[in-house]
Amino acid sequence: MNTNGHDAASPLLEVEGLVVRYPIHRAIVETVVRRPKQHVHAVSGVSFDVSRGEMVALVGESGCGKTTTAQALLQLVRPDAGTVRFDGIDVTALGPRELRRLRRRMQIIYQDPYESLDPRFRVEATVAEALVVHREGTREERRRRVVEALELAGLSPPELYLDRYPHELSGGQRQRVAIAASLALGPDLLVADEPVSMLDVSVRAGILALLDELRDRGLAVLMITHDLSTAARFADRICVMYLGRIVEEGPAAQVIENARHPYTKALLSVVPRRDPRRRVEPQILRGETPNPISVPSGCRFHPRCPVAVDECSTVDPELRPPAGVGAGHRAACLLAGD
Amino acid sequence: MSRKLLEVEDLHVWFDLPHHRELHAVQGVSFGVGDGERLGLVGESGCGKTTTILALMGLLPPTATVAGRVLLDGEDVLARGERTVAPHRWKSVAMVFQGAMNAFNPVRRIGDQLVEPMELHGVAEGATAEARAAELLERVGISSTRLHNYPHEFSGGMRQRAAIAMALACGPRLLLADEPTTALDVMVQAQILELLVSLADDLGLALILVTHDLPVVAQTCTAAAVMYAGEIVETGPMDALYHDPRHPYTRLLFAATPDLESRDAVISIPGTPPRLDRQVIGCPFRPRCDVAFDRCTAERPALGRVGDRHDAACHAAEQVAV
Repeated sequence: MNTNGHDAASPLLEVEGLVVRYPIHRAIVETVVRRPKQHVHAVSGVSFDVSRGEMVALVGESGCGKTTTAQALLQLVRPDAGTVRFDGIDVTALGPRELRRLRRRMQIIYQDPYESLDPRFRVEATVAEALVVHREGTREERRRRVVEALELAGLSPPELYLDRYPHELSGGQRQRVAIAASLALGPDLLVADEPVSMLDVSVRAGILALLDELRDRGLAVLMITHDLSTAARFADRICVMYLGRIVEEGPAAQVIENARHPYTKALLSVVPRRDPRRRVEPQILRGETPNPISVPSGCRFHPRCPVAVDECSTVDPELRPPAGVGAGHRAACLLAGD
Repeated sequence: MSRKLLEVEDLHVWFDLPHHRELHAVQGVSFGVGDGERLGLVGESGCGKTTTILALMGLLPPTATVAGRVLLDGEDVLARGERTVAPHRWKSVAMVFQGAMNAFNPVRRIGDQLVEPMELHGVAEGATAEARAAELLERVGISSTRLHNYPHEFSGGMRQRAAIAMALACGPRLLLADEPTTALDVMVQAQILELLVSLADDLGLALILVTHDLPVVAQTCTAAAVMYAGEIVETGPMDALYHDPRHPYTRLLFAATPDLESRDAVISIPGTPPRLDRQVIGCPFRPRCDVAFDRCTAERPALGRVGDRHDAACHAAEQVAV
């Protein structure tokens, strides 16, 4: 494993103050009258880290900025501010060539295995593609690594799958092929963007168990998901996002059992439980997440918050450890300590 | 025995495939739902749940052949095909689809689209219809000032509410909801489910909720039917299905669903459902079952009583039956 002289004890991925804005196009008239440029504030100051052998879940509703965060880590979108350190190297400062070298160590898998695989490629070509792009090994070596990756992804015997096309595979098998393709280069970080939401319930657990196993083998896994139940069961730590910010983070069990941010509490109360006898009084927030073009002042959650006080509309709370919680648990709420 | 509002008896659906082959999508399904009852129809993709409710609406494509009886207040609406089902469609039975985005015409105002079915079915017209459209919109939690909006001005959750309002336009007694919250966020999902439950409670609407999401059914419905490979493999009160499942598929499906408060291992069910374009011999779940024995290979189990209003189609269940 390449450590580049970086302290092995510090996290593999360190994100600090990440900001991503997308400009909104102005019509020509608006430009002429100098209407101010507007931005979608997709991610506004997000910090977290992921260590080797750890699975961190980034949880939130659509539009909260979780996917943009993932894309910014891999520099698939360029952040407007903040740093992303991977193994001690600030990837935001890298040029295209160095970035490319680093990319083989950070891989992403997507939600929809029906779209992420090229229908004209056989499994072998799909999994080998990254190796070819990065000019790794001879044809024989590549085949050996493809076979290894397929086996690691739980497609065994691999020989059975090498010559198949995506349409000959089930949804779960396709997602395994996508994972095998991302593993072929031997990455240190795997970003999984909603890896099971398109799959049938009966195969989801298999994919999640596979990510779990890769984590046990020392991979750092960042899982993007809207499903708190999945995050609760599989992640080591959970970061809850709302409107471009992390509002609460901590060890998974603590965030679930001892949530301190009113948004996290509301979100947890509306997650349906399997047991019909287990009724939780749902704390349904009215309305929908405000649009990220005009972010509310102060705490961005205050217009929908059931417990907001006057101060919340002016003070933007920092992520800090509230009183009476375990180590590593932080919430961005003025009232979290009470 | 008193009749329920809807009673489906031995419903079959075949789809024509090329080369004179057929796909037996629904294989003898029977269930019922009464006024104000909320029934979940649960299963994974391809199990026939959507085909079943499309058959109730008479909305299957011409390549489909339907057999069996669908009794609505005792009248067999499938008896003479389109002629007997058309008068009930939207008037007695209405449906809400998964993609609320596609339920509306993008270039027409929401209000006009709510009025249209009323005029088409002769329920109301003119000012009366408009007043009713406003009322419906308010009923689903949208201000009637938004009647003049276009669909794109609504968020995803609002569009699904408006789609529910449109389904209610002609005063149906039965609402079929096909994955109504699948594309929505969990907070919006909670709002929509709360609305569906209140409609059943307040208007006495019978509700069939079709979904792959067991926790959604567990928290919304009083009873459910679990479908696998085109048939109902277990049906009963929600509580019995979770606490005393008699079909291994029901038990494994719950075990495959992560729960916020459970530290139980989440398991996957190995294998895939059988192909429905071939005759299934024995129990269709046998290759994936963890308790299968000899009899399961040879003989297809029939749905049998295992408890109070609780049926299961499993040879192993019969052995422990009451």
